[in-house]
Amino acid sequence: MTIGKPRLKADIMARKLLLTHIHVPGIHTFEVYRQQGGYRAVEKALKTLTPEEVVEEVKKSGLRGRGGAGFPTGMKWSFLAKPEGVPRYLVCNADESEPGTFKDRYLMTHIPHALIEGMIVSSYALGANTSYIYVRGEMMPQIRILERAIAEAKNAGFLGKNILGSGYDLELYVQPGGGAYICGEETALLESLEGKRGNPRIKPPFPAVSGLYNCPTVVNNVESIAATVPIINEGGEEYAKIGIERSTGTKLISASGNLNKPGVYEIELGLPVEEFIYSDEYCGGIANGKRLKAVVAGGSSVPILPANLILKTLKGESRLMTYESLADGGFQSGTMLGSGGFIAFDEDQCIVRNTWNFTRFYHHESCGQCSPCREGTGWMEKVLHKIEFGHGSYSDIDLLVDVSKKIEGNTICPLGDAAAWPVASAIRHFRDEFEWHITNGHEAQRRNYGLAHYADPLEPVM
Amino acid sequence: MLSVKHNEPVEFTEEMLGKFAEIVSRYPEGRQKSALLPILHEVQAKYGWLSVPAMDSVAAYLNLESIEVYEVATFYTMFFLQPQGKYVLEVCRTGPCCLVGAERIMKHIEHRLGVKEGEVTPDGLFSWRGVECLAACGYGPVLQIGPEYTFYENLTEESVDKLIEELTEKAKVNG
Repeated sequence: MTIGKPRLKADIMARKLLLTHIHVPGIHTFEVYRQQGGYRAVEKALKTLTPEEVVEEVKKSGLRGRGGAGFPTGMKWSFLAKPEGVPRYLVCNADESEPGTFKDRYLMTHIPHALIEGMIVSSYALGANTSYIYVRGEMMPQIRILERAIAEAKNAGFLGKNILGSGYDLELYVQPGGGAYICGEETALLESLEGKRGNPRIKPPFPAVSGLYNCPTVVNNVESIAATVPIINEGGEEYAKIGIERSTGTKLISASGNLNKPGVYEIELGLPVEEFIYSDEYCGGIANGKRLKAVVAGGSSVPILPANLILKTLKGESRLMTYESLADGGFQSGTMLGSGGFIAFDEDQCIVRNTWNFTRFYHHESCGQCSPCREGTGWMEKVLHKIEFGHGSYSDIDLLVDVSKKIEGNTICPLGDAAAWPVASAIRHFRDEFEWHITNGHEAQRRNYGLAHYADPLEPVM
Repeated sequence: MLSVKHNEPVEFTEEMLGKFAEIVSRYPEGRQKSALLPILHEVQAKYGWLSVPAMDSVAAYLNLESIEVYEVATFYTMFFLQPQGKYVLEVCRTGPCCLVGAERIMKHIEHRLGVKEGEVTPDGLFSWRGVECLAACGYGPVLQIGPEYTFYENLTEESVDKLIEELTEKAKVNG
């Protein structure tokens, strides 16, 4: 494997913006965070910038939503309706539940003030005087950490009334979820924050017009909000110089599965996938000396790719960790950066079993509002179970494709698509493994299909 | 943790009511329903599960219909509607954890505790279940134990045995 090819940017150690001080002892406390230059962005924003100027910097930065959708954050902010006399809300989405994603947990655990500082800057930009951080209920330890950090910040005059004498007031609260993946969808999250079941709302109206308590609301991911801190500190234009094209800045990648060094890494967007997997600076290669079979690059909802397609595009170009490069080839041969949940599968893993597992997840997590998702996910789970346990038939594969197509695009929220894509992509790229499970049902109970041809170099298609 | 039976009326302590009032103060006037999830977590932390009388008391406190509490409690997977073991071992069963052995860990727990998923051990100390992704995929296999939701990472059969022994000891000491 060739590692450490020249990078598009200067060949320096990767720049870190969010995790720069992560290893400083006591960085979770206000005192140490402040000593390391923390809360400068709040000072700069509140004392020298108007809210509109903060929005402008975020627009210039090119920051794209880090929760998975990749929608430009500054643009999302500029959609916020501002009717007179109606409160506006910023809600942070810390309902991190996308399988393969654990970066927000890491950030909130180790450097909670980065989120608090970002919340203050972002709330100021949006004109919100009450903001909520909606954290998944299972992250009770992180909820306690954030509550402590908020108390510290308030004590130091960075929250509450008339912050730093600017005349700007902000109260910040942490809200626990109850264990429901669907609440990561922004309108389900708002329903949940209002004390209801997490059923996504029909859009329009969008939250920017009618969100929390029917007021204009912006919902942003933890990492997006934390990223506003370096953006304000360094300026949007400086931030936009990091990364490639429309993938600006740094991204937290959650690496899991069969890797030597799983964990959370902050990368500059544009890092080659191959370098991310094999270099010692990042994941350090596949665990136990095995070979790579497949990767889910952006959380369980994005298409799975075999090893040969994740390292290189069909055109034979090196695949990069950017929104564009990972999507190169569309769903035929590409995938998505999504939330940055990077799951690596070694040669001994069974794609059929994993697809069944993921589908069980979506079936379990479907809120049940829309029949295509409620019924379709359960149907796919049953069929996949049948194939995995050696009772499948050829027609089942076509049935899965058919059901997945009937879910996709036919539901209120994207959970339906998220359930359909892993199934459709697994069959697209690993059809022979599914077929082997059907023709060799008995044998499939004793051993896995193995690496087969999934890592073989592909002929570049020009 | 207090124990509560199915039909036993539930009255919240002064301390709990003080906490509830603080929670309600986080939301605008008239939006006290927003306090429902945080309050249900408090109640479950106290009693170990949500009995119908407990949910009715929450409804009365927040000035909601009981059904508004039931429909929420039944939607979110963290809320228990039946009594559980003192320690509920919740093991992540989703893809990334399974790539590194979560299924083996669940089998081991089942064997070790001698009860099936969702059942309580005869001494009332343990129950266990598989749960969906806990957002700790890089440290799998993982399990969590409420009400603090303490995390146990990179599980092996040995570390699970040790954990069960420690919790058993702890329960003996604390009675």
